[in-house]
Amino acid sequence: MTKFNTHTKIAIANVSRRGLLKGVAATGGLVLAAQFPIVSGAFADYPTGATEMPNGTVNNPKVFISIGSDGTVSIVAARAEMGNGAARTALPMMVADELEADWKRVRVVQGPGDERTYGNQDTDGSRSVRHWIQPMRQCGAAARMMLEQAAATEWKVELAEVEAKDHEVVHKPSGRKLSYGHLAAAAAALPVPAADKLRLKDAGAFRYIGKGTTPAYDLFDITTGKAVYGQDVILPGMKFAVIARPPVLGGKVASVDASAALKVPGVEKVVTLPPPPAVYKFAPLGGVAVIASNTWAALKGRDALKITWDDGPNKSYDSKAYRAHLEAAVKQPGKVERNVGDVDKALGSAARVITREYYAPHLHHATMEPPAATARMNEGRWEVWAPVQSPGGTREDVAAALSVTTAEITLYPTLLGGGFGRKSKCDFAIEAALLSRELGGTPVKVVWTREDDVRHGFYHTVTAERFEAGLDASNNVVGWRHRSASPSILSTFAPDPKHPFFIELGMGLVDTPFNVPNIRVESGEAQSHVRIGWFRSVNNVVNAWAIQSFVAEMANELGKDPKDFLLELIGPPRIVDPREQVTTPWWNYGEPFQTYPVDTGRLRNVAELAAREAGWGKQLPKGQGLGIAAHRSFVTYVASVVHVVVDKGKLTIPRVDTAIDCGYCVHPERVRSQIEGAAVMGLTLAKYGAITVKNGAVEQSNFNDYPVVRIDEAPVEVRTHIVEHAIDVPPSGVGEPGMPPFAPALCNAIFAATGKRIRELPIGDQLV
Amino acid sequence: MANLRVNGQERTYDGDPSMPLLWYLRDELGLTGTKFGCGAALCGNCTVHVNGEAVRSCVTPMSELGGKSVITIEGLSAKGDHPVQVAWRDNRVPQCGYCQTGQIMQAAALLAKTPGPTDAQIAEAMAGNICRCGCYQRIHAAVRAAARGA
Repeated sequence: MTKFNTHTKIAIANVSRRGLLKGVAATGGLVLAAQFPIVSGAFADYPTGATEMPNGTVNNPKVFISIGSDGTVSIVAARAEMGNGAARTALPMMVADELEADWKRVRVVQGPGDERTYGNQDTDGSRSVRHWIQPMRQCGAAARMMLEQAAATEWKVELAEVEAKDHEVVHKPSGRKLSYGHLAAAAAALPVPAADKLRLKDAGAFRYIGKGTTPAYDLFDITTGKAVYGQDVILPGMKFAVIARPPVLGGKVASVDASAALKVPGVEKVVTLPPPPAVYKFAPLGGVAVIASNTWAALKGRDALKITWDDGPNKSYDSKAYRAHLEAAVKQPGKVERNVGDVDKALGSAARVITREYYAPHLHHATMEPPAATARMNEGRWEVWAPVQSPGGTREDVAAALSVTTAEITLYPTLLGGGFGRKSKCDFAIEAALLSRELGGTPVKVVWTREDDVRHGFYHTVTAERFEAGLDASNNVVGWRHRSASPSILSTFAPDPKHPFFIELGMGLVDTPFNVPNIRVESGEAQSHVRIGWFRSVNNVVNAWAIQSFVAEMANELGKDPKDFLLELIGPPRIVDPREQVTTPWWNYGEPFQTYPVDTGRLRNVAELAAREAGWGKQLPKGQGLGIAAHRSFVTYVASVVHVVVDKGKLTIPRVDTAIDCGYCVHPERVRSQIEGAAVMGLTLAKYGAITVKNGAVEQSNFNDYPVVRIDEAPVEVRTHIVEHAIDVPPSGVGEPGMPPFAPALCNAIFAATGKRIRELPIGDQLV
Repeated sequence: MANLRVNGQERTYDGDPSMPLLWYLRDELGLTGTKFGCGAALCGNCTVHVNGEAVRSCVTPMSELGGKSVITIEGLSAKGDHPVQVAWRDNRVPQCGYCQTGQIMQAAALLAKTPGPTDAQIAEAMAGNICRCGCYQRIHAAVRAAARGA
């Protein structure tokens, strides 16, 4: 019955300084000391945005690696694992490879939220591999060299005569061997090699990196039900809570009658929570919590509450009216975000102007695991278990909510049953902590139902997009004006700017690398009335859909092949630098331009590769079509070709060919799984995705009215074509960039199959 | 009062008869391999076997379980080596993994009744189980592999 979150418990035993000392006493072999100064990016071979992240990176092996006297190598996973395999597989795998450790003898232990020890833990922005490949390799290489030094000292031989190989150190002249377990204690006592003395492996000597053969670390536990997610945490004496939250953002409890709820057997307490502050950030939404001896009693108790809500100013938010507002905004000149040449003159003198508008509604993550978190006071400290993408940030936010120091909080990240950006926001963890405090520190698990999840999300923004393209008499594109209006994510964190901020602008709005002499991008005013948050690929989703749809529309108007015209617009292979063209400093996914430039050669290449693999140009029966789209996001280049069959309005997708250039590919099998999944999530948002609001409240509630794609309608076969690079091409994002090209490729395929152009998402019944 | 078997073990339940099996398994027995996804039989994450049939435990009240035998993912095989579990691992199916225990229970029930399903039968039988990560291509391949005994 009593079940702890075992993998995080193990982490604490090994990683906390106090626990470490116990561990050393018990096994006599741990390397880890955690007393060394943090080295941030010191050995970097090439610059990345990691140094700009809060608390940077750490490459100290004494922080991440411990080796038991039995030879078991424990590697700390400090980032959150939500299914892409970066945190608990790819990163530890890189350490193990450089360490010459046998993966079968590696144990991955989840680190607590603690950025001062581990560096940045924000698992978002498709950053894990691109920011951590260097520090993780450096950790492994340093530990390997320390083991070699320990062996050379024990044998009293020259260091050059020894070599670490497959969990042992070999004395090459004599063939003698010493195990890692034997050497661990002596290696632990050695200093970490200096940065410039590290010998990294040649890529040709990798055992795991780049192979794609290492299974996800949690694969066995996942298939046997042993894997522990946030919803699964059970503590002794734990209570279960559900919360009735205000249906309208910013609403308050006007009155509550809890008498019937308190009569439900098992219900123990009803607590009214305060409304959120004016700037929401990740604050709980307030409402009325019902605390009970099991989830079911809490749910029945919540059903029995009689609450009158004071809805507040967002009550007037209505998706239909708001759409009209956005569409009016993009018909007016907006705030100039990017300017190249003179677009007014180019459009004014064009022989022809093609104008189109597109609209896409709010979306919701609907992670398979609804949010949940558990908190308690234990021996004077707060402990929180939560499936969060931001273990370090969550720890800080919980501390602030409880008005205690960060040091008084231990944040155990569980596995995440899906993240997609929703679980970067830790409102549910704060709720658990506040409710545990209400009970004097008694363990409380806050369970969100699916309805809670759908109605109280951090929604992907809603967007209207308008394009005008000017053509000269020879059908050359001479002018391109793109106006976009969508409420900003920044409204969740600051007074509403009513325009996109630099991060949103950088996600496919101002960085479109088209070879057009006159370009202007403008943003219209749009105020937020729900919590806007980042959803997998964020603004790239709609920007790529609208832009790549418009490109295909132009091709059709010009009687050109959509793939050829896309390549024509991208233009010749070159480096495009938007920095001098934008009015707000350009955001390159936080990366230095020198490491991750905008390379149209690589964008062209993925488009051509996907087209070639898909058999672009082949004759298809009536009602079938191919569509293509290409987009750079998270400093990765992706193109998809979707093959669609439309029969009486019903979509079937026999095949998708997606080409991805993510630099050096660390784990091809996990990359393929991300691309396959992105096609399904892309299909969901294209076909069904719509959160709509009426009288300020979200209208959807569960998978009946917020449907997601199921197996019988999913793409039958997604083929992933990974552009091969040597390790000197820095890895780039994978989790998100598979998403943006799918919806436009699908809509372009639908046009090819039927002649019907989709200018509004979701597709819904537009084909019937 | 209801007597039932859970993973071969006799259990007596005398609580709220309207409580869904899901919460009994998770909150009272600590069998958290059965997942909560929707509470409305829409996603299949909570799938268990009741007398050999795949059912959604989130909408199956305890009052219906007297004398029944419930198998959860924890009881599907002693060592986690049911052919469906093995196929799931061989095909590297999971991403986040949250839905996969329900998927595996659904597939195991399908193959127990229909040892050699067609692709259409697989799609039909698995269509009640949502995977938000979108692992369907591999789920399909894994069910095929388990059916082949591969």
